[in-house]
Amino acid sequence: MSSLRDALAAGLLAATLALPAWSQGKFPNIGRDATPAEVAAWDIDVRPDLQGLPAGSGSVDDGQDLWEARCATCHGIFGESNAVFNPLVGGTSADDIKSGHVANLQRPDYPGRTTFMKVPTLSTLWDYIRRAMPWDNPKSLSTNEVYAATAYLLHLADIVPADFVLSDKNMAEVQQKLPNRKGMTTQHALWPGNEFGAGKLKPDTQASACMKDCGPAPTISSELPGHARNVWGNLREQNRTVGPQRGADTTRPEGKLGDAAGPVKVVGPAGEDSPHARAIALTQQLGCTGCHNMQGKLVGPSFADIAQKYAGKTDYLQSKIRAGGSGVWGDTPMPPQDAPAADIKVIAEWLAAGGGK
Amino acid sequence: MTDIELQPAPASMTRGSVRKAPENFLASADIRAIQVGGAGAGRRGFLRDVFAAALAGGAATQALAQPAAAAGEGDPAILKLPRHSTSLGQPVAAHPYGQPSRYEGNVQRRQSPGLTQTNQASVSFAPIQSLLGIVTPNGLHFERHHQGWWDIDPQQHRFMVNGLVKTPKVFTMDDLMRLPAVSRFHFIECGANTGMNWGNVAVPTVQYTHGMLSCCEYTGVPLITLLEMAGADLKKGRFILAEGADGSSMTRTIPIELVKSGEVLVAWGQNGEMLRPENGYPLRLVVPGVQGVSWVKYLRRVELGDQPWATKDEAVHYIDLMPDGQHRQYTSIQECKSVISTPSGGQVLLGTGFYNITGLAWSGRGKIKRVDVSVDGGRNWRSARLETPVLDKCLTRFNIDWVWDGKPAIVQSRSMDETGYVQPTYKQLRAVRGSRSIYHNNAIQSWLVQENGEVKNVQLA
Repeated sequence: MSSLRDALAAGLLAATLALPAWSQGKFPNIGRDATPAEVAAWDIDVRPDLQGLPAGSGSVDDGQDLWEARCATCHGIFGESNAVFNPLVGGTSADDIKSGHVANLQRPDYPGRTTFMKVPTLSTLWDYIRRAMPWDNPKSLSTNEVYAATAYLLHLADIVPADFVLSDKNMAEVQQKLPNRKGMTTQHALWPGNEFGAGKLKPDTQASACMKDCGPAPTISSELPGHARNVWGNLREQNRTVGPQRGADTTRPEGKLGDAAGPVKVVGPAGEDSPHARAIALTQQLGCTGCHNMQGKLVGPSFADIAQKYAGKTDYLQSKIRAGGSGVWGDTPMPPQDAPAADIKVIAEWLAAGGGK
Repeated sequence: MTDIELQPAPASMTRGSVRKAPENFLASADIRAIQVGGAGAGRRGFLRDVFAAALAGGAATQALAQPAAAAGEGDPAILKLPRHSTSLGQPVAAHPYGQPSRYEGNVQRRQSPGLTQTNQASVSFAPIQSLLGIVTPNGLHFERHHQGWWDIDPQQHRFMVNGLVKTPKVFTMDDLMRLPAVSRFHFIECGANTGMNWGNVAVPTVQYTHGMLSCCEYTGVPLITLLEMAGADLKKGRFILAEGADGSSMTRTIPIELVKSGEVLVAWGQNGEMLRPENGYPLRLVVPGVQGVSWVKYLRRVELGDQPWATKDEAVHYIDLMPDGQHRQYTSIQECKSVISTPSGGQVLLGTGFYNITGLAWSGRGKIKRVDVSVDGGRNWRSARLETPVLDKCLTRFNIDWVWDGKPAIVQSRSMDETGYVQPTYKQLRAVRGSRSIYHNNAIQSWLVQENGEVKNVQLA
């Protein structure tokens, strides 16, 4: 018996020693090794030193076709649209490309900041397009399509010529032409580590806590104008109905002290018990609500407006949702919708019947 | 948002209002319905009908500013026994998950109109004007999505560790939840919180000025444990990349120093329940003291590396534009900050007399040490009471007594953390950073209490 026990013990010991400490450690049988294919499937990030960049290429020309089909809905044909997201292109100059600093960033009167006014590293754009674009169908572009879209953007920003082909071979070179490549600093106290060597910097404001007769008498320099009183809805309905105060009734002019004691309406979230719950849920699920509100224009017309214009026209609405298109309500085109026909029908029927909540 | 109740709240809810109960308020059929019908939609409809009837019968209703006891024999809320004292209430588990009182229906997350063009790359703000203590209820935790939220099947969710490790590892939720979990209270604040106020006053209430802020007990396993299980090279590995599983696959670089300290959690729990889908169910990163964008939701992967990644949200957004045209990159810490939530913008004080001024203070660098309050626009200050618990990188509630004499007052709070850092005024902050930034605005907030009791968001010269 004892020899058997010894043999077992020795076997166990050997087995334990054979396992690397890091794979078992304190927590045996928790987790497993990832296969190379699994790592490759998810490890899609690309760093500024271009680690992670896959081989491939795409031309400005190919990028333009892709852009018009997949990207222009949100960003405009020339990447300058402000309709859905901030403009990507604009505000940079040939001098900026030389200096690596965008001059307009020093101008307080310059109206906005485009992507190319800020982005210092081309890897950032490439990585983001690959992982998150198109907005409503992320990760659907091939590697070469990502190169092509990036090339087209670079051309719109006057960084590469119209006949340019962007590839893994010339990414590093093109990165050295970004207008704001020298526009970033890590010398500040807002990084919670010492990795950038700036961890010992002091916070940039060094206020002191004066307690009595501090500074001059206060004067008010900014408050909301009267016409904005009700822009956020009735603030009375955004506050608790008991306690030391009420919300201000912003549907009315300001009252006297004590006026706030009257009844308060309690409000609740929309659509909870709606008979149209399925259609409404589908508009959410299929991404329609990215551009359409129930009431009031968002990127596209409201569902209420569509329902009014196309009352009873289920077939038209179905084909319109499926094919997408532009021109009826404004310049921004609607992307085609490749959801199951049955789902599209539910939405079309709902709209055709009035599109109620 | 639509009304769930079309009539005003019942008279008993509002101070000093008198409303006579109509005759036959409860018909015998109504009484049967409440006894037989029990809970659910039927009962809700019943309540709606009964209150609608009560309103119709109480057309002569008049709200009075004075306590009702002054009129007649006393307050009808005392003299007339209400229905909840004289009939049967609802059964247990009528709402198996539970929900707030219908009278709390106004306490909701809200979007600010015009802030974004789409609803799936947008923000909802926590109603901090109505929150108590330091914990944000899960249903009111602020939301920020980049490509819409998902309710992900936890059985299908996987978490991977790769990069500078001996063996890349995959964990299921079952794996992760077997590990020794820790639970910690921390605040989470979006780097853009209060961003709309950088240049001037742009929104009316504390919900919109400071509501990209929440505080919860988060439960999970320290990330360092998982990195060690994969055999992480913590000498070469100086940064991690955290990546989400949603459409945006949100990615952020985080310093290894924070990870090594054990602070950074891979979390599944929030206030005693699993994370809500809007907050990253089933797994998110918790990075105490650091802006919310780094608390990657739907966390699917952590990579260990020797260089930072400069992802979109650290190279184009969440960077601070300085007056010289340079951007500060990788700005992450949420510096010491505070705000008064009562009284605050968009509210109206009911009368003069005693008030408890209350608010929240927090610091991404540690514990709150002191909060001072001024009611004269920063000329004179008194130190407030800090309520317990006072925790590391967590919201701290403060209170201070105030007797309002009915004259205009400008109330402010100023916090200090354990490093000695003092929350700056707008003037001090703008002197360094200008006014064209979006992120990391931690300036002192001013609320103007007017003579009519209405409170406004103001900035001082």
